[in-house]
Amino acid sequence: MSTWQIARLVAAKDLRVEWRSRVVTNQVLPFAALVMVMFAFALDNDQALTRVAPGLVWLAAMFSLLVLVQRAFAVETADGALDALKVAGVRSSGIFLGKALALAAQLAVLEAVLLVAAILLYRTEVPAGGVGVLLATYVAATAGLAFVGTLYGGLAAGARGRETLLPLLLLPVVAPVLIGATRATEAALGTNDAMPSEGWPWFGLLALFAAVFGAGGALAFGSLIDD
Amino acid sequence: MRLTDVVAVVGGFPVLAGATLTVERGEIVLLQGPNGAGKTSLLRLCAGLLAVERGTAEVLGHDLSVDRTSVRRHVGLLGHSNGLYADLTVADNVRFWGATVGASQDEVSAAMERMGLAARLAHVRVARLSAGQRRRTALACLVARRAGLWLLDEPHAGLDATGRDELDATLREAAASGATVLVASHELERAGSLATRTVEVAGGQVR
Repeated sequence: MSTWQIARLVAAKDLRVEWRSRVVTNQVLPFAALVMVMFAFALDNDQALTRVAPGLVWLAAMFSLLVLVQRAFAVETADGALDALKVAGVRSSGIFLGKALALAAQLAVLEAVLLVAAILLYRTEVPAGGVGVLLATYVAATAGLAFVGTLYGGLAAGARGRETLLPLLLLPVVAPVLIGATRATEAALGTNDAMPSEGWPWFGLLALFAAVFGAGGALAFGSLIDD
Repeated sequence: MRLTDVVAVVGGFPVLAGATLTVERGEIVLLQGPNGAGKTSLLRLCAGLLAVERGTAEVLGHDLSVDRTSVRRHVGLLGHSNGLYADLTVADNVRFWGATVGASQDEVSAAMERMGLAARLAHVRVARLSAGQRRRTALACLVARRAGLWLLDEPHAGLDATGRDELDATLREAAASGATVLVASHELERAGSLATRTVEVAGGQVR
């Protein structure tokens, strides 16, 4: 089977697992929403909230990413399915892309909910001129987070104490996404008088990050999950 | 399949210490021996999951000391765990593992039928199955994968009498069609009557 056929098969399986278990809708989404509400309680200042809203959205997305990645690899290790996948002899790049695709789909839904929550809770507005850079940022940051999350999820999957190891490994690596996505979103929303055009260089950084981790992950994933 | 003086090391410990074994196509070989003798390591080495540190290992025409990944697509390994997705149904699991080798829907249905899963259990989530039913589902996944080399670690564990009969019939059928079957088991009476040959594994060697 080709890499893309395996990727489609693995992505469909992962999404079916999530659809049947409803972990994302019943646990991760409420968790992300709670984080947004807690930020609002902690800052308790409308002006400050509007100013920091882009950063809070992406910070909540990062925390939720950790839960999603843990879950994506817990289903593989619970009954030895990851070992079975290795023995199945399918292309590891296909497994990587499939798991990243499924993770990206779940993240995309989650981030959309977070953005709507920010608009409602923090009274943020999206100016018409910022829609393009906002959508581009959303796509590039989601792809970058999904690729890096899958790569590090696979790395931690076989390790002892993986639940605590994953945040330690993953959070420093996704810092460029947090910074880039926050700056680009600030530009898109016009936060602190930023112009939408100021967001495109940050989008470039996010796209580069996604490309590097997408290509690197597809190449390295096999060695990472192998014994 | 031909292993000659194979050494394999895990965490600095030699789990196989000069194992030599030749198995022809169509044979069902029972590996017997005490816990920690190296039976599971031998199965994992044949599946390409353990590196050959020394010696030569040729499985289904693949030299494992050169490339241990290309043999994997021809191997069906059933270890102590079942490799199933608990939130998916029996049919979802068999379909997924069958699809990894391009099995058709008919082949998937036949595999479930073979292990007595086609009727009322097909659309039940694996999480709701008993241990024996999960083992049957894992075996159906192996049948759907049409492996040339079957590597089974305690395959009878958890199965009821009917399940054991179905498993034995499936393995005999696979061997008759030219597959090689290696079974590691402590149930010597049951697995011994199934096997065409029994070998003793002890201290990481085959005797």
